[in-house]
Amino acid sequence: MTVYIPSALRSYTKQKSEVAAEGQTLAEVLSALDHRYPGLRFRIITEQGTIRQHIRIFVKEEQVRDLSVALQPEDQIHIICALSGG
Amino acid sequence: MPKSRKAPSPQLATGSVALLIGTRKGAFILRSDRSHRTWKLSAPMFLGHTVHHLMLDPRDRRTMLMATRTGHLGPTVFRSTDFGKTWKEAKTPPAFPKAPEGQNGRVVDHVFWLTPGHPSELGLWYAGTSPQGLFRSNDGGITWQPFSYINDDPQYREWMGTVQDGTPDGPKLHSILIDPRDPAHLYFAMSGGGVHESVDGGRTWTSIVRGLEVVEGFDAATVTFHDPHCVRLCPTDPDRLFQQNHCGIYRMDRSEGRWLRIGKNMPKKVGDIGFAMVLHPRDSDTAWVFPMDGSTVWPRVSPGGKPAAYVTRDGGKTWTRQDKGFPRANAWWTVKRQAMTADAHEPVGLYLGTTSGEVWASRTGGTSWTCLARHLPEIYSVEAAEL
Repeated sequence: MTVYIPSALRSYTKQKSEVAAEGQTLAEVLSALDHRYPGLRFRIITEQGTIRQHIRIFVKEEQVRDLSVALQPEDQIHIICALSGG
Repeated sequence: MPKSRKAPSPQLATGSVALLIGTRKGAFILRSDRSHRTWKLSAPMFLGHTVHHLMLDPRDRRTMLMATRTGHLGPTVFRSTDFGKTWKEAKTPPAFPKAPEGQNGRVVDHVFWLTPGHPSELGLWYAGTSPQGLFRSNDGGITWQPFSYINDDPQYREWMGTVQDGTPDGPKLHSILIDPRDPAHLYFAMSGGGVHESVDGGRTWTSIVRGLEVVEGFDAATVTFHDPHCVRLCPTDPDRLFQQNHCGIYRMDRSEGRWLRIGKNMPKKVGDIGFAMVLHPRDSDTAWVFPMDGSTVWPRVSPGGKPAAYVTRDGGKTWTRQDKGFPRANAWWTVKRQAMTADAHEPVGLYLGTTSGEVWASRTGGTSWTCLARHLPEIYSVEAAEL
């Protein structure tokens, strides 16, 4: 599946705005991303496993809050920096 | 407290100085020539990132750690081993343990304070976070672990209060101090949550709040209500501490075992509220503060719009105003707790960064001040590094 990376995180992805990742759930996809781009996950997910206050994640244009949400191979994931972050 | 032993001899510096400046929108380095008359400002580093603290390791004078986050992204620590030319992120930044299923665990909002370890403990660093957490790295800041038991101790958690109980920018653990005579003798302070001491390398801690005042109507015997803003340990007399508190300026001589409110000797119209506390590197009777308006709604600006440092040269019995060079009126800024510091020269150089983004310096121990830089973002921290 494709993960769209916001500009604030592209220092981790060698400036790529979209990257491919695999996983059965959002949590697995984020772990895979962190394996490939170390440090990325902690900037958007807290140590308690929750999405940070000013980050939003959309799957198929629907906002998700639960990392255990199941994904399909064709899903598109958007990581968004919320306007509230300043 | 440890038995009194001789402190290390003071080091007199003679070279140039670099000011490491953390701001709300990035970090900067301001370098002097050898006379400290000419200064050159670097390009911004990590532009747009919130940098709470930027600290050089005095043990190698090359490694720097930077505590940072952005408006959106979570907290982390960056590390440079070439004096800021290149940076790598910590592999494991400070983070609280994951709570068991069904329980609410804490989340580090930002790393607020960095302290290099004792000279005998190369690679060891301490960090304080918001909300209050104490962390340590044994590998020069690459990986961080919770340090000691206080982060999860029920008594300490009660003293820390909730996120809503802290300062406007979040409750903080700060002022991590190491006795130069003994790496196991440690202090830290919390806003709020008092001042604490360990003499066994963090295995046990004791609160030291006797003599400190709290906001009117609250019980000074309750550690929760104590709000130290900045605590410093005298380099040449480690049995003497100074403190700028939410409720005044204090000194503690450990042999006396209680804090003495030396701020009562400040002019009444100025008061003794502020954030910064700076000590002379070689004279344990000399200290500086930078008062702010803590009246009514706590404007947190220079009293009357007239900025001034105050110096004591007799351990707090008397204070002298030092405002030569500062604006005479309509200067509505102040100095945060990490944003005022001293170098190790003779006479002592003093440096401060303002909430309005100016850097001021005095080459003469505060008797006159010069603006070195302006139009920076809001300044959170200034550290003087001897080159």
